[in-house]
Amino acid sequence: MGWFLRRIAQSIVMLWVVISLVFLSIHFVPGDPVELLLAQDGATPDPAMVEVVRGQLGLDRPLHEQYVKKLGDLLRFDLGKSIVDESSVGKEVARRLPRTLELIAAAGLLSLLIGLPAGVLAALRPASLFSRMANLASGTAQSIPVFVIGTLFVITFAQLLGWLPAGGFVAFERDPAKHLLLLIMPATTIAVGLSAIVFRITRASMLDVLPLDFIRTARAKGVPRRRVILQHALRNALMPVITVFALQLGGLLAGTVLVETVFNWPGLSGMLVSGVNARDYPVVTGVIVVVAAFYIGLNLLVDILYGLTDPRVRK
Amino acid sequence: MTMTQSSAAPLLQVSDLAVSFRKDGQWRNVVRDMNFSVTAGETLAIVGESGSGKSVTSMAVMQLLPRVSTRITGKVLFQDRDLLALGEPEMEAVRGNRISMIFQEPMTSLNPVMTIGAQIAEAIRVHRPVSKAEARALALEMMDRVHIPAARSRYDDFPHQFSGGMRQRVMIAAALACKPDLLIADEPTTALDVTIQAQVLDLIKELQADTGMGVIFITHDMGVVAEVADRTLVMYNGDVIESGTTAQIFATPQKTYTRALLSAVPKLGTMGGTPHPLPYPVFDMQTGTMTELPLRGDTLQSDAKPLLEVTGLSKRFEVKSKILKRVVARVHAVEQVGLMLRRGETLSIVGESGCGKSTTGRLLTGLYPSDSGRILLDGRELGKIPANERARDIQMIFQDPYASLNPRLRVGEAITEPLRIHKLVPRKDEAEIAERLLERVGLQAQMADRYPHEFSGGQRQRICVARALVMKPKVIVADEAVSALDVTMKTQVINLMMDLQQEMGLGFVFISHDMAVVERISHKVAVMYLGEVVEMGPRAAIFSNPTHPYTRRLLSAVPVPDPARRGQRSAPPILELRSPLRTSDYRHPVRRYLEVSQGHFVQEPGPEWT
Repeated sequence: MGWFLRRIAQSIVMLWVVISLVFLSIHFVPGDPVELLLAQDGATPDPAMVEVVRGQLGLDRPLHEQYVKKLGDLLRFDLGKSIVDESSVGKEVARRLPRTLELIAAAGLLSLLIGLPAGVLAALRPASLFSRMANLASGTAQSIPVFVIGTLFVITFAQLLGWLPAGGFVAFERDPAKHLLLLIMPATTIAVGLSAIVFRITRASMLDVLPLDFIRTARAKGVPRRRVILQHALRNALMPVITVFALQLGGLLAGTVLVETVFNWPGLSGMLVSGVNARDYPVVTGVIVVVAAFYIGLNLLVDILYGLTDPRVRK
Repeated sequence: MTMTQSSAAPLLQVSDLAVSFRKDGQWRNVVRDMNFSVTAGETLAIVGESGSGKSVTSMAVMQLLPRVSTRITGKVLFQDRDLLALGEPEMEAVRGNRISMIFQEPMTSLNPVMTIGAQIAEAIRVHRPVSKAEARALALEMMDRVHIPAARSRYDDFPHQFSGGMRQRVMIAAALACKPDLLIADEPTTALDVTIQAQVLDLIKELQADTGMGVIFITHDMGVVAEVADRTLVMYNGDVIESGTTAQIFATPQKTYTRALLSAVPKLGTMGGTPHPLPYPVFDMQTGTMTELPLRGDTLQSDAKPLLEVTGLSKRFEVKSKILKRVVARVHAVEQVGLMLRRGETLSIVGESGCGKSTTGRLLTGLYPSDSGRILLDGRELGKIPANERARDIQMIFQDPYASLNPRLRVGEAITEPLRIHKLVPRKDEAEIAERLLERVGLQAQMADRYPHEFSGGQRQRICVARALVMKPKVIVADEAVSALDVTMKTQVINLMMDLQQEMGLGFVFISHDMAVVERISHKVAVMYLGEVVEMGPRAAIFSNPTHPYTRRLLSAVPVPDPARRGQRSAPPILELRSPLRTSDYRHPVRRYLEVSQGHFVQEPGPEWT
């Protein structure tokens, strides 16, 4: 239990560090957001006007005051307002986050369904044709950039075969079937690379575990082969898989940009990109903080899973 | 070769068993012409060194070898069925049910993520149609049978919470849960301390007497063979070279190898009349001759000034609380140790795992800083000698020759690396030095270009000796340096060390749990228990007149390689306090030492010994 509380405390500290780093880096990046905002037509904006807007946005206060205010706002889950159109960042994040999460969850599930069994099978017969083909396929899958895969999918399944829509988004409440249909291609695109990684780690980890003494012990006890593989080997082999998989998922949260762009999926990363372009830093901070919180939460979850799978970690 | 049959019908009858492994497309024969049988209630020992095929034989009987890369021929009749003809599902019904197996490494042979209770219960549930609750009850019963204290409260503990000896008990409980007719024990006590070994051997015998099962006992230790086996099979390089009753084998060994094996077995109590250390006899496997080496002069230079003088040496490791990092407890790893080593002398430090002997070795070489006490190395305070000079005077050899050589370094480079680090000789001379040292330790000069994996365990340990010698040290600390080696290798490396001692006047600090080797090679012996030296003195005094209760306990647990004297040894009871972990406010008691005879000191035993 102490172990668990300590991990939570660590996570909070990590989140605080991330927020502070984001806050500082945005303030020290050259280019004043207000000037940029007002210089719509390429003309230098009126300095007096700039001052007024800075005052409205609270940017004329000393840095530490802004920092304290920001932390206070975040504690109240207030992500602030966009400089560009004064819309609530929190609302926009809340609207877009579920879409990105859905995409990642679908992709993650798919890659586990493919990667885990394939990895186990390949490890059981490392010299088999299946193992060699799967190795080759996973190497290839990992080396093709995700936008190329996406584009190939669009050309093949949307344009040539016409089985799936090329892209876009429809809310689930409006049209569930259409929503899921639109989800298939972007999710599969991400799953190609992800399942290749899951496959590789599972295979390597199983190959490490299978020759160990306790596997021999289990077999010597007469435990059926299936149970030896699933209960004894896989459970021990799962830990590296969990780690890598969770890191990959966390990375995807902000890294689905290309996929979301290719398939016109209005998720979180599109918001981040336009925020960065417009130097709309409440938006940038908001998205990064949410992403970081998820990433850290995911890591916490991994550690808890670790503790559940491996009793030695709990100490 | 067929064994003399006992009157009862055999439980297991192995005939013409041969095993081949496929490697790089070639079939390599590793076991040939195996014929043996085991009857109910009987114990058969299969003896041999690593690579002799003894473990392969047992794995072949159990059909645990990978089927694709293994070819097994012959017949393994068990209860009128040929096991070799059975498919995997039928074999699964035999394994753990009618034939069970326990293994050498209790530390790695249990699944780290399953509770020990679940692992015992699993063995029951796969073979018997019982409910989860019934399996739990049966498993608890087994835990009691193998004498795991407080079985009920430990059922849900994980393997890492158990000591090595207790884990082996868990293994035995799982193996015997279905009351098998045959138990195959593959080096079950090799990784354990002698007192624990004695307990485990007694446990197996006790359970065998209860159930009447047959036992195949695989070991390299003739002492253990004498202790447990009715009949013995000696294997060499894949062949059975000799077999018979254990009494016959010990009394009139026919083959040279058997004789070599027997005479190489260190026997406790054979050194009574010899005044100083004695090299092992040399065997020539080709001609079958055994040459006793002539008794030589003593290497000890008692009038020279001491190489090592240690007084009041202590080392504690702090255990800190999780968040505030306060010291909540300390491991008193080494406590108030005093030692002295002279030129040409061998001082052995003996004791069981966790007694602080390895920590002492590391303190002596400066690998750990000490907390208090004084170490004088050749008259100079160790802490004040610069690291590079210290390395010239004192070197260390470790237990595991596989792990203590960098696999990516050619052995020549590994040997001369210390010279390079300390920039002692020009680089061009290094190769020649490495070659000379390789020859000095009984290897060939041209082996300098090879990598460690191309050598056997014994050869690697010779390389480690050469590496320690390259600095021309005055003292070598050998931490369990021969414990991982087969007996014949062990005697060769020990002889080498003794030659070097004679030649160079080396002082050895020999850290070991192997009492018989210690008796053979030591001038002086220090017995450690929970961080303290409880008894110290000349070798003869310690072995002929052990005075501290712990020393007696340790010596009585050593197996006697003489089947006629079987049963005279009884396993010492399990000691409760086995850890030098103390609370932070613990004050170490002031110990008094009594001088029993000249130079033989005994710590006054504390209340825990009465």
